[in-house]
Amino acid sequence: MTTTDPKPTSKLWVGGLLATVAFGLGLAAYSGEHGKPAPAAAQATSIGGPFTLVASDGKPFTQANLAGKPYAIYFGFTRCPEVCPTTLAKLTRLRARLGKDGDKFAIVFVSVDPGHDKPADIGRYVTLFGTPILGLTGTDAQLAAIEKAYGVYVAKVPQPGGDYTIDHTAGVYLMGADGQFQTLLEPSESDEASLTKLRQVLGLS
Amino acid sequence: MKYFTLPTAALFALAAPASAHEHDHGAHHATAQSIAITRAWARETAPGQVNGGGFLTITNNADQADRLVSASSPAAPTVQLHTMNMDGGIMRMRELPDGLAVPAKGVVELKPGGLHIMFIGLKAPFKAGQTVKLTLRFEKAGAVNVSLPVKPVGAMSGGMDMGHDHH
Repeated sequence: MTTTDPKPTSKLWVGGLLATVAFGLGLAAYSGEHGKPAPAAAQATSIGGPFTLVASDGKPFTQANLAGKPYAIYFGFTRCPEVCPTTLAKLTRLRARLGKDGDKFAIVFVSVDPGHDKPADIGRYVTLFGTPILGLTGTDAQLAAIEKAYGVYVAKVPQPGGDYTIDHTAGVYLMGADGQFQTLLEPSESDEASLTKLRQVLGLS
Repeated sequence: MKYFTLPTAALFALAAPASAHEHDHGAHHATAQSIAITRAWARETAPGQVNGGGFLTITNNADQADRLVSASSPAAPTVQLHTMNMDGGIMRMRELPDGLAVPAKGVVELKPGGLHIMFIGLKAPFKAGQTVKLTLRFEKAGAVNVSLPVKPVGAMSGGMDMGHDHH
């Protein structure tokens, strides 16, 4: 992409680059100290921070609604039939594995497809998983802000027939109670590996 | 039950050549019987969710390669074959415009995290316990009808269900 490219997708590519850099830093931070998160380094990446979105009941939902609780946040869309339900199902299993400690973190699903997913749609979608999941979305501007803050890659890809799909970051961000990025759950890693990370973030190990 | 998928596929891979040899109808007379569909299932969807995913394992018992070229279902006006690519932590889902090659005496798995059947524009949500009818069209073997039991959203495999029948 050159700077003369007038297409909005150029911004998305920049976002993707930022995401890649952010992941690199985040993972480097993660693996820096015998596999334990390195909070100072993670903070330096500045992933996260205040956001304002819309909850499934249509009301505003901000960072303050999560205050005091670590959270696992994942960005997707309800028409994503594969990686999104696979990931949310995995988070559901991880929560179950933690037993009584399973309620020590919130699961947040942010739809990055406001053109299709209305708040109520997202509410119905997250209900499928049988565990409390906060289903959020927002205006284009609100979503652009959180995507930037979290270094999330989102790109609409036109499909034949006028429809579109969305390429998006597939990792789950584990955020501390202070809203700071701790580590990333990789889509390819085992439940065990993700559980170890989650337990560390929750201070259970 | 994720761990169940691979060993089963391996068994089919081993069993397939013997079976194809016993029932060798000749390379130019491939029929639906040369293709076996196992571990077929579809994932539960929420009301209002317009797309659904389906998974299955294709075993080609014939001694010639085949290709899954298209799929259709009464459950949705559009059914596509999709691949999912995870590169640099970014999920990219794409239709396979040329279909899906199934090697001679080979096995191709469509499963969570990779290849899948995508039902686009669901007429009704997929509810756990129901079955979804699907017709797969192969270049050589022709049409193969499959029934996909709908599994809860947390399922990672179709379990023991075979869920298939041939024309």
